[in-house]
Amino acid sequence: MSFLSIRNLSVRLKKGPPLLRRVSLDVAAGEVRGLVGESGAGKSMIGKAVLGILPPSVEVTEGEILLDGIDLLTLPQAQRRRRIGALAALIPQDPLTALNPSHRIGPQITDRLVDILGWTRADADARARNLLAEVQIADPDRVLRSYPHELSGGMRQRILIASAFAAEPKLIVADEPTTALDVTVQKQILKLIAGMQARHGTALLFVTHDLGVVSKVCQKLSVLYAGMVVEDTSVADFYAAPRHAYSAALLAATPKYTDPSAGLTPVPEVVIATVQAEVAAFDRGQAHG
Amino acid sequence: MPFLRILVLRLLTTGITLAGVAVIVFFVIRVVPGNPIAMMLPPGATEADIARLSALYGLDKPLVAQFGIWVAGVVQGDFGTSITTRQPVLALVLGRLPATLELSIMALVIACLLGGAAALTGTRFRGGRTEGAIDVANGMALSVPDFLWGLILILLFGVLVPIFHISGRVTPSLDLPFTTSFYLFESLIRLRFDLWADIVAHMFMPALALAIPLAAITGQLLKQSLKETMNLDYVTLARTKGYGESRVILREALRNAALPTLTLVGVQFTFLIGGTVIIERLFSYEGLGNMAIDAVINRDLPLIQGIVLLFAVIFTAVNLIVDLLYTVLNPRLRHG
Amino acid sequence: MVDAKAIDGRSMIRRRAGLRLWLSAGWLAVLCAVALLAPWIAPKDPLAQDLFLGRLPPAWVQGAEPGYWLGTDSLGRDVLSRIIHGARVALTVALVAGTITCLVGATLGLMAGFLRGWVDIVISRLIDIWMAFPPVLFSILLIAVLGPGLMSIIIAIVVIDWTRFARVVRAEAMTQGAMDYVASARVAGRGRIGTMVREILPNVLPTIVVLLTLEMGIAVIVEAILSFVNLSISTDDPTWGGMIAEGRTSVHQAWWVLVFPLITLFLTVLSFSQLGEGLKDRFDPVLR
Repeated sequence: MSFLSIRNLSVRLKKGPPLLRRVSLDVAAGEVRGLVGESGAGKSMIGKAVLGILPPSVEVTEGEILLDGIDLLTLPQAQRRRRIGALAALIPQDPLTALNPSHRIGPQITDRLVDILGWTRADADARARNLLAEVQIADPDRVLRSYPHELSGGMRQRILIASAFAAEPKLIVADEPTTALDVTVQKQILKLIAGMQARHGTALLFVTHDLGVVSKVCQKLSVLYAGMVVEDTSVADFYAAPRHAYSAALLAATPKYTDPSAGLTPVPEVVIATVQAEVAAFDRGQAHG
Repeated sequence: MPFLRILVLRLLTTGITLAGVAVIVFFVIRVVPGNPIAMMLPPGATEADIARLSALYGLDKPLVAQFGIWVAGVVQGDFGTSITTRQPVLALVLGRLPATLELSIMALVIACLLGGAAALTGTRFRGGRTEGAIDVANGMALSVPDFLWGLILILLFGVLVPIFHISGRVTPSLDLPFTTSFYLFESLIRLRFDLWADIVAHMFMPALALAIPLAAITGQLLKQSLKETMNLDYVTLARTKGYGESRVILREALRNAALPTLTLVGVQFTFLIGGTVIIERLFSYEGLGNMAIDAVINRDLPLIQGIVLLFAVIFTAVNLIVDLLYTVLNPRLRHG
Repeated sequence: MVDAKAIDGRSMIRRRAGLRLWLSAGWLAVLCAVALLAPWIAPKDPLAQDLFLGRLPPAWVQGAEPGYWLGTDSLGRDVLSRIIHGARVALTVALVAGTITCLVGATLGLMAGFLRGWVDIVISRLIDIWMAFPPVLFSILLIAVLGPGLMSIIIAIVVIDWTRFARVVRAEAMTQGAMDYVASARVAGRGRIGTMVREILPNVLPTIVVLLTLEMGIAVIVEAILSFVNLSISTDDPTWGGMIAEGRTSVHQAWWVLVFPLITLFLTVLSFSQLGEGLKDRFDPVLR
């Protein structure tokens, strides 16, 4: 039984076009699954749906999101929030906007431990100090007393990672956690997330548009196009032989670290036409069924 | 250092503003037709009597000289002598100031509570009927000034359902043990809750009348600011931590959303203080504003000067305090 | 992103705004007609006193006298007739004072915002000084100086409220002045004053119209406040503020003397302000 199991999840803009088309995917306990696709393919939307933070302008039309066996979509809001808070966490995309500018760092890491899980202040503070050490922040005591604007972007992302692991969640959704960072910092952060994940045995849903990143961190992979899962496979199989033409083209379009001179090959228009036809066929089936 | 420089600059412009107010008031009221001295004396007074009394109050000298004497006095804390009561202006004005301050602050508190509640409720139930109802109420409250709200409150809670007093500051027959004029404050300190309740029952309606427009504008701005804040990333992150929506609004969004509202509340608070003049009249509340209107009607020049100058000082002080508060509450500026 | 619900909501807001606009414009039109025709439609002479008919209740209350629809005040004067005649003073003040205030304030604001330099420095400092005055006290003071009368009220309102226009128009003119079309007009050879009048003014005009509407409501209130403090025009002439002042003193004995002028004043002020807000929504390109 997978820890997270999404079954036939469809999401659309309220009275508007669909954003996710019957998406199904599983993340087993301790497993890392990558979610790749172009921007607008709906990969972030899946992460948001799992964490219950879909924007108010969209609605779920069908499907289930089973988190540890219970469908989140059937729970009332307060209960759903509590369950998600206890079992899952988010590593957000932009560290510059994801920390509250008027709170110090310390409480932002420990708040859920104290407020929701009922830890004592002292235990929570000790935990925060350990976590900061684990994400390789020197001088944790000073950092815990700082305000976000006093810290660099890389530093803030480390803090957000520490905060995500604070309550030992079983699942973490990492929503393009390196996109907003400098290239030099990106690698360190990636290594940090991979290392933390391995040590804590946390399942990870890793949303990215970068297949190069996927090969380093993930075991399983879902490729999305226009809100449809076009390929669901293991990373090893994918690199050996992608089954879908679109994922093959996507793989070909990714610059190789081994051969940077090869340059970028865009996804061929034929492939785009094929996958778009598939989406259209799916929508027709929905309309008739 | 830039903080200090801003402060000095602000104090400087404040000084210029106050000087401007002093000049304007002084010369405007000297144009008042009707000799105040003649009004003080019984109808049969002779020219010689008038001249003698004018000399006593320095009103026979040329205008510029009078202004010089007045400014010299003000600098030394001497605001002159009231023509009608023959008491020092400063003592009179300071005696009434606490009443107006208490009224204004009570109104400010009511306005913040009402406006805050409206904004929070509207944000919690945004997009629904509740928010629509709050918007309509805000629009109404904003359209109508404090003077009319005062009259409506008098009709509603003074006449129709008489639960509050509609005139005065305290029931006259009560024996007051106070040493200061801060009745509301002092009754609390002395644990005289019977007096406190009586004072609140007198103050509540004028304070509410003053508070309604400010509450509306505060509520409107804070709600708009809150709704924008609720879409920010750190608020979304807090939702994933397991907090309920109300908790998210209060803990994560409120403080950051309140900052931009603060400056505006400051400016609006000076309008509120300006409104005390007519509201005090309406509720026969013995504050500065009521005294000012009497002074104008009685042509009591020194008293008018003193009161207007004091109002100007309060206005500019409020603006200064708000600016400083903004700097203190905003961590990004505090360390800047 | 096309959000169907947002479009729905927007058209609903517009419909509501339209209703609001028509209701307030309608009330003001009725009021104008009543003011113009006052001598013909007022059932009684607003000044006629009859001490035997003092404090008669409105027509539907026990003890009313036929012909006095809204009752009488303590001197036996007909409340309805006095409200009708009071509308003349209120609307005259609203129109004349509002317009002059608008002309003075907008001109100064436009000059400060577009010409900048020492003009701006002087005007801005004046605005600061004005903002440090309690406006009600200032107006009472001015009336004391000028003596009671319609003219004095109008002058007082202009002197006190020009900053409302000046502040907003100055800020608008500054924004507009920084835009490209202004620079290109200047390059095309238009003079500074010409640019100000031909290029900036038309773009600031919607704001000015909205402010003017709001100012008319404020003028009505100021007049009422001044008559309330008994400093408006001569005490005999019927004004809403004067009626309210009288009603306030006898509120426990004859509520109608306060209630009816208050309702009229309330609706009028509300209408001016709603008209202004409605126009603001109309002019706002985001909602249009």
